[in-house]
Amino acid sequence: MSEKKPLWQTLPIAGILLEPKSSLKYKTGDWRGPFTPKINQEKCTKCLLCWIYCPDGAIERVGDGVRINLDYCKGCGICVSECPVKAITMERL
Amino acid sequence: MAKVIGLTGDEAVAYAIKQCNVDVVAAYPITPQTVIVEAFSEYVFNGEVDTEFVCVESEHSAMSACVGASLTGARVFTATASQGLALMHEILYIASSLRCPIVMGVVNRALSAPINIHGDHSDMMGSRDCGWIQIYAENVQEAYDWTIQAFKIAEDKEVLLPVTVNLDGFILSHSIEGIKVLEDEDVASFLPPREPVYTIDPNNPITVGALALPNYYFEFKVQQDHALRNSFKAMGKVFSEYEELSGRKYDVLHTYGMEDAEIALICLGSTAGTARYVAKRLREKGVKVGVLKPWVYRPFPEKEIVEAVKEVKALAVMDRACSFGAPYAPLGSDIASILYKSGLDIPVVNYVYGLGGRDVSPLDLEAVVNEILEVAKTGEIKEHLKFLGVR
Ligand code: SF4
Ligand code: SF4
Repeated sequence: MSEKKPLWQTLPIAGILLEPKSSLKYKTGDWRGPFTPKINQEKCTKCLLCWIYCPDGAIERVGDGVRINLDYCKGCGICVSECPVKAITMERL
Repeated sequence: MAKVIGLTGDEAVAYAIKQCNVDVVAAYPITPQTVIVEAFSEYVFNGEVDTEFVCVESEHSAMSACVGASLTGARVFTATASQGLALMHEILYIASSLRCPIVMGVVNRALSAPINIHGDHSDMMGSRDCGWIQIYAENVQEAYDWTIQAFKIAEDKEVLLPVTVNLDGFILSHSIEGIKVLEDEDVASFLPPREPVYTIDPNNPITVGALALPNYYFEFKVQQDHALRNSFKAMGKVFSEYEELSGRKYDVLHTYGMEDAEIALICLGSTAGTARYVAKRLREKGVKVGVLKPWVYRPFPEKEIVEAVKEVKALAVMDRACSFGAPYAPLGSDIASILYKSGLDIPVVNYVYGLGGRDVSPLDLEAVVNEILEVAKTGEIKEHLKFLGVR
């Protein structure tokens, strides 16, 4: 957290964001606690249920399979409980 | 020669809005404010204005529509009272936080329960921390003049904050007064179309009302507080320009007899007229009474009040609202705070009066003066907070 944040005098008023799509810069992955989901690609059947259920859209499609984008994964574990073949596990990193 | 016409307080506000080239009015009727929007809707119906008049289903929606319209860069007005203002409470904060220069007429009325439609300041005082500039008019002329000036203050690029123009329910809203009105062209030149700083525009998208967590939120609140305190600067400019135009000089604080006053009364709104009447009469008998009327209540004119009262021996602070369980009523707390801050040791008695529209007569205020003279003489305060005229 060494990043310098702007002073109140220099921020645009009212919390207005002047640049569209800037929410991508907001890496909510740092909200994640000690547990991180991990996909066992061997077990994965590419059913895409985790992709649908992830409330943060942190599961991305690659080819016909899936990958977790840890920049945005908050570690809720919903994907783990939704995967019908138990291909995702929460690992302590 | 200025044109003089007879208008009630509500009609005068509507007349001012007609001249201010307002783009959007979204409002919901509530006594004693109804006449403002009713009179204005006639101007719309008759084609005298090209304002978009939005009939909404509640005050919460009214203020929400106003915020949306204001963000597009429109000049926006609404009006409400009492329960209506209370229902808006949530959105009042959003309007000021999103820096929407909306102007709102608040026709002060008591809050339920019991139901009461008459005037007191409980409604505005209940929302006094909402970040709006808050102005109190003493009479119908002032309600008209302040409404026009309010837009110019609100829309100043250094301010960008909403403004309430408060007028006492029934006492002003429904009393006819002969007022001097400006010519339409003069108002138009005083108040050119709004020049917004940021607008929501599909061709140039910006994000308004996004999340700000502990690492950012605080900074935006400080910005807001700074803008509100700093708005005095813009007001100064507006007052002189308006004086040039109308010959009527406004300020953040009005004082009467403070040059040699031994004691003083401080009050908001229409009671100030009664207070000056009483002071004038007593002065004829050699009693040196002064009267202070903060025209602007938020931001609070600390410097001006301290400067005006520093020689007095005792002060009566009149509040037309209660702050249940608090050390003082709202204005009383503010005065006590600024006296403490400036190191002035002036005895203060805070009077809560006129709740639910109970009349306050010259005799009531004369009794207050006599009590305060006694406090000034003895330096002794028997009761810090009193309820004037209660059985
Ligand atoms: S743990 Fe939660 S946030 Fe992370 S990928 Fe799974 S469902 Fe999405
Ligand atoms: S839910 Fe499980 S099996 Fe389905 S795509 Fe996600 S990881 Fe693979």
